[in-house]
Amino acid sequence: MAEVSSGNSKSVTPRFSMSGICKTFGATTALDNVGFEVFPGEVHALVGENGAGKSTLMKILSGAIKADKGEMFIDGLSFKPSNPLDARRYGIGMIYQELSLVLHLTVEENIFLGVEPLKFGLLNRDEIHKRSKKAINIFNHPEIMPNTRVADLSIGARQLVEIGRALAAGVKILIFDEPTSSLSQHDAERLFELIGRLKKQNIAIVYISHFLEEINRISDRITILRDGKSVSTNKVSDVNEDDIIKMMIGRDVEDIYVRSTRKRGELLLKTENIKGELNPESASIELYRGEILGIFGLVGAGRTEFLRILFGLDEIKSGTIRIKSYSGYGLPVARWKQGIGYVSENRKEEGLALDMNIADNITLSKYENFGHFGMILKKNQYSAVEDMIKYFDIRCSGPGQSIKDLSGGNQQKAALSRLLYHDVDILLLDEPTRGIDVGSKTKIYHILDNLVSGNNPKGIILISSYLPELLGICDRIAVMSQGKLSDSMEVSNTDEHKIMQLAIG
Amino acid sequence: MIKKYLNKLGPFFALFLVYIFFVILNSKITSFAALETMVQQSVIVGIAAIGMTLVIISGGIDLSAGSIIAFASVVVAALMQFLGWPPYLAAIGGILSGALWGMMNGLLISRFKLVPFIVTLGSLLVVRGFAKGIAKSMPINVEPSWMSDLLASLPVGQKWMLFPPGAWIMIVLAILIAGMLKYMRIGRHIVAIGSNEETARLCGIAVEKVKVIVYSLAGAFAGLAGLMMMSYQEQGDPTGAVGLELDVIAAVVIGGGSLSGGEGSVLGSLIGAMIMTVIRTGSQLNGWPTWVTQVVTGIVIVIAVAVDRYRHMKTVQAG
Repeated sequence: MAEVSSGNSKSVTPRFSMSGICKTFGATTALDNVGFEVFPGEVHALVGENGAGKSTLMKILSGAIKADKGEMFIDGLSFKPSNPLDARRYGIGMIYQELSLVLHLTVEENIFLGVEPLKFGLLNRDEIHKRSKKAINIFNHPEIMPNTRVADLSIGARQLVEIGRALAAGVKILIFDEPTSSLSQHDAERLFELIGRLKKQNIAIVYISHFLEEINRISDRITILRDGKSVSTNKVSDVNEDDIIKMMIGRDVEDIYVRSTRKRGELLLKTENIKGELNPESASIELYRGEILGIFGLVGAGRTEFLRILFGLDEIKSGTIRIKSYSGYGLPVARWKQGIGYVSENRKEEGLALDMNIADNITLSKYENFGHFGMILKKNQYSAVEDMIKYFDIRCSGPGQSIKDLSGGNQQKAALSRLLYHDVDILLLDEPTRGIDVGSKTKIYHILDNLVSGNNPKGIILISSYLPELLGICDRIAVMSQGKLSDSMEVSNTDEHKIMQLAIG
Repeated sequence: MIKKYLNKLGPFFALFLVYIFFVILNSKITSFAALETMVQQSVIVGIAAIGMTLVIISGGIDLSAGSIIAFASVVVAALMQFLGWPPYLAAIGGILSGALWGMMNGLLISRFKLVPFIVTLGSLLVVRGFAKGIAKSMPINVEPSWMSDLLASLPVGQKWMLFPPGAWIMIVLAILIAGMLKYMRIGRHIVAIGSNEETARLCGIAVEKVKVIVYSLAGAFAGLAGLMMMSYQEQGDPTGAVGLELDVIAAVVIGGGSLSGGEGSVLGSLIGAMIMTVIRTGSQLNGWPTWVTQVVTGIVIVIAVAVDRYRHMKTVQAG
């Protein structure tokens, strides 16, 4: 097939197309007449809030579930996968958000898992070695050797192995699902560069992401899903970020970040020259009632460690902490009692008990008053939680639903509502909006704003790597750079440029 | 590279240490008779441990191994004594009976998505019950035949064989299964399932089928271990091998098996079985009471696993 650029791609058959796809689960319509296509050598971005139907669409495409109605074609031929392996044979390759590699096996074994070439009934190791070497050659990555165990690789390298698996299988359509959410900046760059090279090999790429900057940079066209419908398909060069967000959430961007009139109250928390095991080297802050203090910094600068020290999760080397009338270092048990709550950046491993239900997750820090003699009566617990679910607009079937089944955004809302349920005065939030959809983000911003305004305002420390968010909702921002925390700046007196310089310098 | 081999040699090193410890206490343990006893005693646990290794690598557990060993020993004895079957047919019958129980475990676990611990806890009782039922709760004695020689001391003219035939059977099977794990598709699939079942399914591996095969093989190996026990004691004993599954599991774990799946080696498991035998034999030679042996064995199991985990934390930061 001739080299085609996305500009005149309309003249050839799409590598993949779907039309009229419908899917309902019980009473809910997940997909309603969705259509979209991708051409050879094109990167087609797919965006939408969580719950817009992206993952259902991908499951249909990868053969995990079947559509109720609609048709799919690969190179003009009808495509009806009966299961994931079948889809893989047709040339569909999925790169999942949660990487799906077997850690105990080597790179080459992972690449051929399930489709191992045989010789006399035994694994044909020479062939596996040769072909996987060819597949991973394109990465030019020093860490990745055919014989390395995947467990010994970094996250970024693991993702490349997964791509290698798709390439070795002769993939025609490669689907990325939030590929950069767990990557470092450097690894993300490497990935973008690789995607550029894959385009040249005429592979059709579907790219799902929440990060609009990325999409702007690497994709040719963008399709927006909202409430199970494909709202629009545009060339990326024809739309700007604001348009995209507007189409995704169906309302104006100005409504995302909110800042009501806030009144600064008494001093809640004061630290002086906090020094940790490795990081931070020195951090001094003051947090008052009725304000959001943002902490910006690159990953690894020591922001997370600082919060963890405040909450008693990491050890403190020197420095002083004063929280309301208490002073000194304290373990999490004590911190909760003093009215401090913490939301970890690591939602799945630290933030939530994934095997428990929503009610348990929200009330975990305060299993009290649900019955006499310390009993937990479901009726009382659920009714207490129901208010939270309503307040946060957590999309679920009820307090008894397993937290695992919720989307990332709704999980994060549940993690936050634990602090509200506990009724803390100080909220320590580490990347509370990372990797969640715009709708949930907006909801969280509104709630945070509510918390620091009004009659009984709280104080919030918010760590984020996303500057627009910090500038949008914080009152003051401090910058952590190589373990040192800068003095805080009033948001009105600073801008992206100044902050970035502090962070890198 | 060197580090990698050192890691693999870990269990060997542990066996060496334990052995040297007892040699220092009592040199009788180096005698040919003592060595022979140790090999004989390792075979029953060792053979069952080969099957258990597969189960544990696949992320499961088989608590019914001890009961299946007793059941198979009863079946072999009953087929010979009550039905007059020739020894080799009875032997095949015994191994198959074990495989069938294993297959039942596997089917329950994979078809009904039940937890292996619970399923095999149930079959531990069921299988033991049937063994007692068949044998009317009494040991079944068998007439001596070639089968009685499987684990017997070698007669003077055959000392060149070094070990009794049963030990050789164990060694050959261990090599075959180790080869299967490394060089056959099913072997890699077993590791994949134990390491990350969802991924395995995603890659088109027939997870359910593989599990049934794994538990069936484990049952067959337990059956063979039962045959060895029958041969050694010259009777099928429905009340024998009680709690032996724990020795078997301990052997696998000492040899580097991880109860969370994905890890383990057949060779390691055999060495694990040897370590426990050395402790038992060494204690007996020193005239230690049984309770001391138990305490020492328990401590060694925990230390072995702790050292193994520690080594892992250093080499693998599995995310």
